[in-house]
Amino acid sequence: MARQEQKKDVVIVGLGWTGSIAGIELAQEGLEIVALERGHDQNTVPDFQYPQQIDELKYGVRLKMMQKLSQQTLTVRRSGDETALPYRSLGSFLPGNGVGGAGTHWNGLNWRPQPAELKLRSHVVENWGEGIIPEGMNLGDYPVSYDDLEPFFTQFEKVAGISGYAGNLNGEIREGGNPFEGWRSEDYPMPPLPTTYDSSKFQAAAKAMGYHPFPAPAGIASTAYVNPYGMQMGPCNFCGFCERFGCYQYSKSSPQTTILDALKRYPNFSYRTQSEVLRVELAADGKTATGVTYWDDAAQEEVFQPADMVILSSYQLNNVHLMLLSGLGEAYNPLTGEGTLGKNYAYQMNGGITMFFREEEFNPFVGHGANGMVIDDFSISQNDFGAEGFIGGSYWRSGTFNGQPIRNMPLPAGTPAWGAGWKQAIGENYGHAMSIGSHGSHMAYANNHLDLDPTYTDRHGRPLMRMTFNWQDNDLRMNQFMKSKMEPLAASMNPDLMQAGFKNIGAQYDVRPYQTTHNTGGHIMSENAREGVVNRYSQTWKAHNVFAMGAGNFVQNTQYNPTGLVGALAYHTVNAIRTQYLSNPRPLV
Amino acid sequence: MKTFLRIVAGLVVLGGIALLAFIFVPVQRTQPVAELPADWQPEPGQGEYVLNASDCVACHTSDEGGTLAGGKAIASPMGTIWSTNITPDPETGIGNWSFDDFRGAMIDGVEPDGTHLYPAMPYENYRLMTEEDMRALYDYLMTEVQPVKNEVEETALSFPFNLRFGIRAWNWLALTHGPGFTPAEVSDVQDRGQYLVEGPGHCAACHSPRSPFMSQDGVTVDDANFLAGGVINGWNAPALRGEDSDLNRWTVSETAAYLATGRNAHSTANGEMGLVVEHSLQKLTDEDNIAMAAFLKGLDGDAVEVPETLAPRAGSIEVPEADKAGEADTAMLIDSDPDMPLGARLYTDNCIGCHFATGKGAPEIFPELQGNRLVNGSETKPLISVILNGAEVASTAKRPMTLRMQGYADRLSDEEVAELATWLRGAWGNDAPAISAADVAAVRASAASH
Repeated sequence: MARQEQKKDVVIVGLGWTGSIAGIELAQEGLEIVALERGHDQNTVPDFQYPQQIDELKYGVRLKMMQKLSQQTLTVRRSGDETALPYRSLGSFLPGNGVGGAGTHWNGLNWRPQPAELKLRSHVVENWGEGIIPEGMNLGDYPVSYDDLEPFFTQFEKVAGISGYAGNLNGEIREGGNPFEGWRSEDYPMPPLPTTYDSSKFQAAAKAMGYHPFPAPAGIASTAYVNPYGMQMGPCNFCGFCERFGCYQYSKSSPQTTILDALKRYPNFSYRTQSEVLRVELAADGKTATGVTYWDDAAQEEVFQPADMVILSSYQLNNVHLMLLSGLGEAYNPLTGEGTLGKNYAYQMNGGITMFFREEEFNPFVGHGANGMVIDDFSISQNDFGAEGFIGGSYWRSGTFNGQPIRNMPLPAGTPAWGAGWKQAIGENYGHAMSIGSHGSHMAYANNHLDLDPTYTDRHGRPLMRMTFNWQDNDLRMNQFMKSKMEPLAASMNPDLMQAGFKNIGAQYDVRPYQTTHNTGGHIMSENAREGVVNRYSQTWKAHNVFAMGAGNFVQNTQYNPTGLVGALAYHTVNAIRTQYLSNPRPLV
Repeated sequence: MKTFLRIVAGLVVLGGIALLAFIFVPVQRTQPVAELPADWQPEPGQGEYVLNASDCVACHTSDEGGTLAGGKAIASPMGTIWSTNITPDPETGIGNWSFDDFRGAMIDGVEPDGTHLYPAMPYENYRLMTEEDMRALYDYLMTEVQPVKNEVEETALSFPFNLRFGIRAWNWLALTHGPGFTPAEVSDVQDRGQYLVEGPGHCAACHSPRSPFMSQDGVTVDDANFLAGGVINGWNAPALRGEDSDLNRWTVSETAAYLATGRNAHSTANGEMGLVVEHSLQKLTDEDNIAMAAFLKGLDGDAVEVPETLAPRAGSIEVPEADKAGEADTAMLIDSDPDMPLGARLYTDNCIGCHFATGKGAPEIFPELQGNRLVNGSETKPLISVILNGAEVASTAKRPMTLRMQGYADRLSDEEVAELATWLRGAWGNDAPAISAADVAAVRASAASH
């Protein structure tokens, strides 16, 4: 018999970005709230403090901030005819762990998707007709538009403390900003950060080719900053330890720097760490949830936490897993197309070019995760899908983000991997390379999905979740298109040597090397219960008192880093809860 | 000769009688300055507000006992004084006290049985409080505070400080003012500020110097040395007036923000002042923090512009550039020649990330080191302690983030801390004497023993 805790109005599963947002906004309503966090508690000091935190081996290589796979993992396969095997060693993606979640160890790239991306199916159909949509692609519209979300993008950016320069201010296109972005009702909360040498060089080359460079929007403070909750950030010193690290400088936007201390002041909010939620409990009729059951690691026992409302705000993979285990929707079957839970798992299609300049010094140790100049000239709204033969787009960025010696030693292809030849090459090349990255969209496909694994179970005896995922021609063609456009730009900068890294047609997904932690979909938003798992307010179609936050809501992945959309959807959701749901709990659509 | 001896003997007898009288003649309580109507009632919340403004919690609440149940150790030059239980528990608290008893403690420093309180209880200042505020505070303590049975440790100072009648003599010397408050009549706002600063806020207890017999040298606005700077527990309590003072440099708004949030564009509240912000000032209204800031700003007679609202800066706040006094050191740090002094190298390796080459830090979050009172103080323990053990600015309602600076005790040796601290005390126009490795060792040892 599980221990039972006192009933709460709201239970929040996972205290990262969206859990913190839900916590503070609903705490303002006076609700009794408890947040359950699988990992440990962590604060800037002492957990991220200098110099212990900037230990590349411990955090960059041994990934001490990340999810412990012995505690929780999933299985992976590329297609229905393979047997999925457990993800036993972190590689392709790195879910976070502990209070603050992935919001503590991200790079700080904070984007809004383009308006066309949120209505992509309509964009394609209106411009080129349904015929260009490849067989097996689940192309959809989000049930919310850019205009619906604009106030919430703005709200999240103010809370998160984003630095940048608006290119489209209320419809007015501004020189030096991104002319292809959706309209902004206000400029960024902070001015853009200074530019490093490589990004200036890229900026000049891009301009010369008629492109439109602008500073990358950064969840990295360029000035001192006080957000609407009174939380504070300090200006970044360009130490170059963002991704995989907590920020010791209070400069990176995170739940710690922007929400948590304000949230902890509410007497009606509390949180418990080392508390791993095992399932959402449904009422007998299956139409509402009664609370959650979690594993209390300290007491080594199961606990039932009753609550009137459940907010699922764990990482996308864990949200989907929990929903599959709890029956919060019908599991998706790729063969029949029936069911919705686990559908439309998507990722990101990236590539890039590294250029070596013997006579140039780039000082790569000066940088930050969201450093650089960007062009959106090959973004989704700019590409002629009909003519190019793919649906998608990417943004290109150039800017050093770290010069860490173990992981950031770009060397010419063919250099020996060890010994005297390697040493000599390091001596010759360290600090003499710069790169341009292409960060591309990833569509959703019938085959790429998440379900429960038939073989493997976790330490609680629950089936692991199974990921079935492989690269698809459409996105690979997009990637090759980017290569063909990027090479002339790189060549125009006259490097001594350049080498491209873009996946070729026919490339197979390899789960071992790190690619990106932008896992999306699985509990997607939809206009109706037939097509997705949650409605436009992230409310599950199955149980109206369960709301699922995060990138699991993405209908297909955008070309950008997901945090901006995740944050906006979270504020859009809590606004609906505050203004529509609390007074009359019911399905909102 | 005989006559002389007789006179001496007579004087001795007289002295003896006086001393006996001092010890045994009951103390007369000072009469109240105002008589309140029999049916007088405090405004709702007034008593709790006075409690906050008077910072009672800071001394009368310990980690172990309940709120206001006393038992907190107050370090004094004479030894440890244990704060008393002021909850309405009849046995161990003040449950049996009448309002006259309570007022006696507040303005004369005397308990109902005639025992003299040690002046760690700032009755030098509280005696300036209005009858209404004291009554409201009394009512609050009696009716709204939960009684807590908590027998606190008896204060046992060594001879001669254990002879409490000596305090009676001390009171004769110290309590030459009041009771009751006399406004300077500058403006309503500044007079309100004056009241809070002089009376409940008891700012002079730390920020005025001490006389040779340890009473406050400057209790009211009429005293020359009022708030001219003091020392408390090895911390400088900086002057709040005078040309060189921070408050002269800061705007009224910035000072008010500092009081309300423990941080502003220039500095953060550490040590004792941090506790005052945490327990007292952050709970006051904006109007009152502005009033105190305005009063302090006008202390030397300057005209004061009073901001209407306390609007601590929000959004993006630009980081200041180096000024003339700091130019040379800023340039040296940016140049980063390995031959620069060891202190500057240590600064570059450990401090520059937040406090920057300018030594100006960043508004609201990283304090300025240039001109910083703590860096340049006559007392060196605070600076050494911050470098070794870090510092923390408490979460406040308007600035909820707990600002923590990490310590460097495990990273820097005594010699290195001394080099760094000495360099800081001479950088960007700072001008304070050197700190030795022995000074650092002493602070490190005292931290380790706590």
